[in-house]
Amino acid sequence: MLRFIIRRLLITVPMILVVITLTWGLIRLAPGNFYSGEKNIPKEIEANIRAKYGLDKPWYVQYGRMLGHVVRLDFGISLKYEGQSVNKIIMSSLPVSASVGITAYLLALVLGIVIGSVAALRQNSIWDYASMALAMLGISIPNFVLGPMLVLFFSLSLYWLPPSRWQGFASRNIILPVLTLSAIYIAYIARLTRAGMLEVLRSDYIRTARAKGLRESQVVIRHALRGGIMPVVSFTGPALAFLLTGTVVVERIFALPGLGNYFIQAALNRDEPLIIGIVAFIAMTLLLMNLLVDITYAFLDPRIRY
Amino acid sequence: MDDERSTPQHEIEPVKPALTPLGTPPESPIRSREGDIIHTAPEFAIAEADVRSAEAGEFVAGTSLWKDAWRRLLKNRLAVFGMIVVFVVAALSIIGPSIIKKTTGYAPDYIPPDAALIKSFPPFRAPDGAFSWKHPMGTDIQGRDLFARVLQGGQISLLVGVIATVVSLIIGVGYGAVSGYLGGRFDNLMMRIVDVLYSLPYIILVIVLLAVFRRNTPLGQLVLLFVALGSVSWLTMARIVRGQVLSLKNQEFVLAARATGVSTLRIIFRHIVPNTLGPVIVYATLTIPSVMLTEAFLSFLGFGVQPPMSSWGTLATDGIQNIAVFPWQLIFPGVTMAIMLFSLNFVGDGLRDALDPQMRKG
Repeated sequence: MLRFIIRRLLITVPMILVVITLTWGLIRLAPGNFYSGEKNIPKEIEANIRAKYGLDKPWYVQYGRMLGHVVRLDFGISLKYEGQSVNKIIMSSLPVSASVGITAYLLALVLGIVIGSVAALRQNSIWDYASMALAMLGISIPNFVLGPMLVLFFSLSLYWLPPSRWQGFASRNIILPVLTLSAIYIAYIARLTRAGMLEVLRSDYIRTARAKGLRESQVVIRHALRGGIMPVVSFTGPALAFLLTGTVVVERIFALPGLGNYFIQAALNRDEPLIIGIVAFIAMTLLLMNLLVDITYAFLDPRIRY
Repeated sequence: MDDERSTPQHEIEPVKPALTPLGTPPESPIRSREGDIIHTAPEFAIAEADVRSAEAGEFVAGTSLWKDAWRRLLKNRLAVFGMIVVFVVAALSIIGPSIIKKTTGYAPDYIPPDAALIKSFPPFRAPDGAFSWKHPMGTDIQGRDLFARVLQGGQISLLVGVIATVVSLIIGVGYGAVSGYLGGRFDNLMMRIVDVLYSLPYIILVIVLLAVFRRNTPLGQLVLLFVALGSVSWLTMARIVRGQVLSLKNQEFVLAARATGVSTLRIIFRHIVPNTLGPVIVYATLTIPSVMLTEAFLSFLGFGVQPPMSSWGTLATDGIQNIAVFPWQLIFPGVTMAIMLFSLNFVGDGLRDALDPQMRKG
């Protein structure tokens, strides 16, 4: 197990390198520059700007400097948000994204597993069909359509919930973003749970559990569910990537000052240090989370040995 | 990739039913050693035998794999419903805008010169507030007919979905087939690369790519979208094809082809790849909605289709701006898109159940 973890951590390093290099390469290969959006700049001033940001050095020097920043986990100063360090921006926006994302994922876990289990236990009943159709709907409605529709309904028609603005985790403002974000996970997790449960419910050990006279609730909760949610556990990895795209949208819709919002701004502004910083941070988080998922997997399913 | 097209085509194929005992390959590929005409039909027969083995004993003589699959697909009510919706929406998107132009005079990008008309009317309302058939989805903020715009947006959305899927199909099938057929160290390396790419936050790279390479021409941006979306959605396809190829490459018909001196590339693409068609079709059908969703997502962020072109994604995004006053501007494109994705997903699921009975749950 320890060897597995070490090996995985070692693979992670070149992977982050690949992501960073790709991102950096894309930014550099594209025509234009971060200052080229502004009006025509005189040659001398342009030379000054280039010298100030080290753009006059050969590319490998610049690349090396960028890598140095990443290795030291100090991503430098943002080009557009003047005077703000990238680390500070990440640290201030992370709690927003994380609280919305994690709450949405937990909500989706609970609802998804419940819906999926019910569908599997009552296979081919009206409950099954209804929840699976609902799940398909959840997958098919783009979240940037769902979000404004929820706003339209709950904020602009019923006046129940505030439509936007961030006021910290413990406020009613978080409800709509979380609902919007979690819809697609609820759908995915319900589908996965149903498939997993159906397979498990037919297996021998469930028959054994039933044969030894356990109550049905015991069979389901203690035995079936544990095997049935394995696909959900392995979905956590891709889910994190989804969470990323989801939060970008949700943060835009509800005007939340999160990581995704900053990332889009940075990409549009070609704010290189901020782009690299956020990409590196996200890549590291994702890869580490994936590792955690694999470890959890081994604990849940004793058949898996690394 | 419409299903209407694929079925009749396969009915023509001279597929001999594999009436051999389960597990043993039919004799046809061995027979083909005699001639130098390289077989296509026996290959299908093998694929057929593979699938058949799942439903031991219940096959009817004279039906092909594709006929069987078609029959199973038609039994799946949700899939049939999905196919009808997909067909209707696609057909309407293609011919709709010109019909509307003929009947009401509103082209999708026609802005009425009359200042009184340059505002947004609710669905089925004439400028004086009376009932009217002229704008069944209302008009947008500049007085353009929303129905025509939604249909035209459908053209772009479907185009992006289909072309990006074709791009991912070409890359994925080629990569997976070569990797699986070569095997050994190559396979190991190629699949390790896929593993690495899998865990990359690719959507971030796509955003960076689209943001920094932003084209000023709408067409350029569209091509960029095809490339960006296609090049990130081939990974699963490559894995699926590789798995299929691994299980096919040691079959007799491959040996026979090799013995008759067919080149490696030809073996891969003429003999093995056609046999992987089932799962490939299934996965491609499921890729289309996911690509369309990604396109909409990118359009929402402003990186997608550029005006004057519009897709369902950009229309919905425009609608969000005015949601409090003109909610129909979001609801119509959004709901149309959701219905289309919903139906495509059902078709994909139905195809999977139909073509791959082993996967069928319950």
